Amino acid sequence: MQVSMTINGEQVSREIEARLLLVHFIRETAGLTGTHWGCDTSNCGTCVVLMDGVPVKSCTVLAAMANGRNITTVEGLETNGELDSVQRGFIEMHGLQCGFCTPGMMLTARWLLDNNPHPTDAEIREAISGQICRCTGYENIVRAIRWAAEHESGTGHNITEGIGA
Amino acid sequence: MTDLQTKPEGVGFGRVSRKEDARFVRGKGNYLDDIALPNMLYGAVLRSPYAHARIKSIDTAAAQAHPKVKAVITGQILESLNLAWIPSLSHDVIAVLATDKVRYQGQEVAFVIAEDRYSARDALELIDVDYELLPPVVDAKRALDPDAPVIRDDIEGKKDNYIFDWGSGNEEATEAAFKKADIVVEQEMLYPRVHPAPMETCGAIADMDPISGKLTIYCTTQAPHAHRTLYALVAGLPEHKLRVISPDIGGGFGNKVGIYPGYVLAVVGSIVTKRPVKWMEDRSENLMSTSFARDYHMKGKIAATKDGKILGLRVDVLADHGAFNNTAQPSKFPAGFFHVFSGSYDLEAAYCSVRGVYTNKAPGGVAYACSFRVTEAVYAVERMVDRLALELDIDPAELRMKNLLKPEQFPYTSPTGWEYDSGEYPRALELAMKISGYQELRKEQAEKRRRGELMGIGISFFTETVGAGPKKHMDILGLGMADGCEVRVHPTGKAVVRLSVQTQGQGHETTFAQIVSEVTGIPVADVEVVHGDTDNTPFGLGTYGSRSTPVSGAAAAVASKRIVEKAKLIAAAMLECSPDDLEWESGRWHIKGDPTAGKTISEIAFAAHSTQELPQGMEGHLDASCVYDPPNLTFPFGAYICVVDVDPGTGKVTVRRFIAVDDCGPRINPMIVEGQIHGGLADGVGMALMEQIAFDEDGNCLGGSLMDYLLPTALECPSWETGETVTPSPHHPLGLKGVGESATVGSPPAVVNAVLDALKPFGVKHADMPLTPAQVWRAMQGRPMRTDLAIQ
Ligand code: FES
Ligand code: FES
Repeated sequence: MQVSMTINGEQVSREIEARLLLVHFIRETAGLTGTHWGCDTSNCGTCVVLMDGVPVKSCTVLAAMANGRNITTVEGLETNGELDSVQRGFIEMHGLQCGFCTPGMMLTARWLLDNNPHPTDAEIREAISGQICRCTGYENIVRAIRWAAEHESGTGHNITEGIGA
Repeated sequence: MTDLQTKPEGVGFGRVSRKEDARFVRGKGNYLDDIALPNMLYGAVLRSPYAHARIKSIDTAAAQAHPKVKAVITGQILESLNLAWIPSLSHDVIAVLATDKVRYQGQEVAFVIAEDRYSARDALELIDVDYELLPPVVDAKRALDPDAPVIRDDIEGKKDNYIFDWGSGNEEATEAAFKKADIVVEQEMLYPRVHPAPMETCGAIADMDPISGKLTIYCTTQAPHAHRTLYALVAGLPEHKLRVISPDIGGGFGNKVGIYPGYVLAVVGSIVTKRPVKWMEDRSENLMSTSFARDYHMKGKIAATKDGKILGLRVDVLADHGAFNNTAQPSKFPAGFFHVFSGSYDLEAAYCSVRGVYTNKAPGGVAYACSFRVTEAVYAVERMVDRLALELDIDPAELRMKNLLKPEQFPYTSPTGWEYDSGEYPRALELAMKISGYQELRKEQAEKRRRGELMGIGISFFTETVGAGPKKHMDILGLGMADGCEVRVHPTGKAVVRLSVQTQGQGHETTFAQIVSEVTGIPVADVEVVHGDTDNTPFGLGTYGSRSTPVSGAAAAVASKRIVEKAKLIAAAMLECSPDDLEWESGRWHIKGDPTAGKTISEIAFAAHSTQELPQGMEGHLDASCVYDPPNLTFPFGAYICVVDVDPGTGKVTVRRFIAVDDCGPRINPMIVEGQIHGGLADGVGMALMEQIAFDEDGNCLGGSLMDYLLPTALECPSWETGETVTPSPHHPLGLKGVGESATVGSPPAVVNAVLDALKPFGVKHADMPLTPAQVWRAMQGRPMRTDLAIQ
């Protein structure tokens, strides 16, 4: 079957097997390997991308279900060569170690800050609680997201703008 | 070592953000599954659904007929290549593909190679295996029953499931200490089987070039050089035609040390199909078949005087090693470094015995940031000390303070023969108590108890044993555990450092640049780190057991010092003075008393590559290397305090606070060290409260997905509070000790001690991990623990 979606602002159309998972479409068909895969049961969240601005586990979405949708992956966080405040926060506060959970964590963070610009630590923890990090013990991820909230450029792109908070 | 205060910005130790982050935050990491080679095929493994069964036949015809399938490999085919079995790391063999029997659920039975990932999986369904079921051995305690089924009948003459007996310490002296004691406390405890479960699972791509005969193996390995040598030894492949590349690794924690059947199958697949073959396991395969950790059934016995002076300690262990003895550890130590179990205390005598048995479970044992079983050892002693405190009705902090080794006792030889290099234990415990506000916490607890609320405070003090290891004491399959490092300063003063070890998130690209920078004064930004490729790095045994900093970090420091020494001679030639007249400042040699007359390392590097006349007999260029054989292990330590609240209605445990004071010597990059500690603390909370690979009585693995094997999320983890003391290692060239596993080793007993402290009003003396709400509830009701949740 034919699917067509926008990934990071670019139109991607392909003939695919109906059972193809979105995570594999993104990684292998579109060649964007920043989106990872880590489990068989929708528990780890390393595969999180934004679909029409909302975080989804792309291992649990068929590529066919993303037909006509707008996908943002980690590769789409940067604008005009400038890192998003979330990306900068992760670097500044050492929010990553092996980096495997990081893309998913950052996309959820982006969604959170777009909808709740000044989250409490508890709200940050709640937001990322569907995702697992084996390396950081989460504290520095919380600090990274808090850092990002405090350093939003204002001019940065609100990926999830207009999506209900 | 240069003075930390006088270094220019951007040089040496200190908090700098990581070089590797630039690619990771952009999604430009290069993990195994991100690699796609032209013409690549995909492999998938058919696994046994049974824990113990004889294979009567395997019919692969339908799978072979699948239009996208290129090859199906079975144990029989491997047998013809003499590759069905390969040596394990512990004087045993493991099956690559089962030939005679399957011995655990999830064991590899056949390998399909197809044009794409999905087709390879489809074809697995088309393979028909006829099994004859055999009774499984699931409970380690029953493995040696005379009527227990024999798992390893592949070993000639094997009539039981016994692997080894091993002991350490002085049994007689320990018995004597028990005899004269006022009090002896005994406790049985289980350190359950857990799994490292790194977010990236294991995988490999094998690419055999049929023309040159060169085999490149991309692999999720923490030890690329060790892998290459083992492939050469086992498969008889010529080592110079083997290249192992370990790309970015999505977490390891010991899970990625050994060689798994899937790696070997990818290699065989590439040789057979003459195309690159990728194998990447899924999460269930990772949890069910790759290296687990722990599974130690321990009986502890501690002796003391009535005023709380500890006299002796004994621990007897029944170790469940699964179906093959495949623990990855120094050859001479069947129980790793477990015999460091006398811990941080000054006691007269100690003795441990360990008995290893086979069961119908996945093999492994040493994994999950365990420091070669120091995790189990620390858990045993820290639980026993708390049990003693309970019986003597002495505050557990006070009891520890009374018995901790004193600073003047170092270097200290333990009752089981370890030489602890350095330590200042009471200072660390005092600091942890201060940060936590220990006395106020006890007051709060007393008030809460009056109101019927359950609050617990748990302490653990640990001594780590890392940096394996001195050649005189240890090896892995005959290979000494020394690591090489090469440093080269380019003509313009920038440098490259090549390492034998492999980061899995520890940030080596930054910290090793900092080590070189600290010694040479070359800015961190100007030092490039090369690692993870056997063709481009010196030999060494890899990263595990917190050994990178103590071993490879020492090699980098020594090589850098050699550069500085060579630079001195060149500077003297350039300045036409005697080397003795020179004085070092960070990055520059100058004439004593005249700081204006000097040469920077860049100027010296250029001169070393130029027509400048060098001192007699000196070769050009500015590079150096070192193979570091550590004189001793290093012994990081720490004091941890955990505060929990237990819901009396549900048994649910909430970790409210966790205070960790760590001493790992000087810190290369405090930000990275703190991050490593945070991660280990989360592991500890997970193991103490949630994680267990359990089995039912048929040997079905009940922890085979992240639905069943629960990992801590941001909601189970508190905001960690950390503190630091600094006791440098006397033998490491920069005083460094290693830290990666400290928190995983030290934190589980703190959490468990806290929960049991909370349950004190119920008269509960011990409960085994994981302290799930159900387990805590049973403990509160006075119902027996289920040591294995699956076996009633
Ligand atoms: S891959 Fe684990 S949740 Fe999607
Ligand atoms: S950084 Fe390794 S899993 Fe999060």
